[in-house]
Amino acid sequence: MRRGALIMGKNSRGDTETVERFLDSTLESVDDAEELALVEAEKAGVPEDDLHKIAMAVRESMVNAVVHGNRYNAHKKVHLSVSKTAREFVVRIADQGDGFDYDNLPDPLAHENLLRHSGRGIFLIKAFMDDFQVRRLEPAGTEVTLVKHLVSK
Amino acid sequence: MSVKLSTRQVGDVSVVDVAGRITLGEGSSALRDLLREMVGKNQKKILLNLGDVSYIDSSGIGELVSGFTTVTNQGGQLKLLNLTKRVKDLLQITKLYTVFDVHDDEAGAVRSFA
Repeated sequence: MRRGALIMGKNSRGDTETVERFLDSTLESVDDAEELALVEAEKAGVPEDDLHKIAMAVRESMVNAVVHGNRYNAHKKVHLSVSKTAREFVVRIADQGDGFDYDNLPDPLAHENLLRHSGRGIFLIKAFMDDFQVRRLEPAGTEVTLVKHLVSK
Repeated sequence: MSVKLSTRQVGDVSVVDVAGRITLGEGSSALRDLLREMVGKNQKKILLNLGDVSYIDSSGIGELVSGFTTVTNQGGQLKLLNLTKRVKDLLQITKLYTVFDVHDDEAGAVRSFA
């Protein structure tokens, strides 16, 4: 990690291991979060194909948090939490922005949207992860939860 | 590694060899700037060789789409060459695979511009 304060090292809550970071609202933080998630996913034994999907989903979520949520505001942070249980690999990313209307996002696959420059991030996150949830935070902010199921071998 | 772009001319087709990451920031803006510059210089037959692209995110996909529309709107053609499996998968998931003219053989791709 090059940037962002470590607020909690690795801890154990029962069978859950969690790593957390508060990250600056910069594109460097996007790379850092992706790298951290990749390292933790590898440690969790996530298969190679899924590693790339998790990395990309984390990247897209971080871009949303930094660019659209916090709008690069130096006073706002992104909270990253990476957890692993025996059954799931879970990444939570929370910004301090104004939020967005998740239920009314344009469909990037609709004919009229196919050639739009942007609007594919959340669609790709949903395509790459097993579960995706969005939660409004009080007083401000949005938290997304990305879940990849771990198949026991 | 960020993106590395190099251009070469094959007949009247401008081939852009793209290597590295096309992601939000330096990678996607470099590609955007280059394509605009090429169109500005009236280079309107553009073949993007993506064979050495290791990573592309939604922003990078957006730049491919923008490049396609910019070139097309100027009466030109932008085609794709040597997609990696990941890039191909992404274009298929986003239904863009059929929007682009995609090739896996450079000579054939160059001929297709005629």
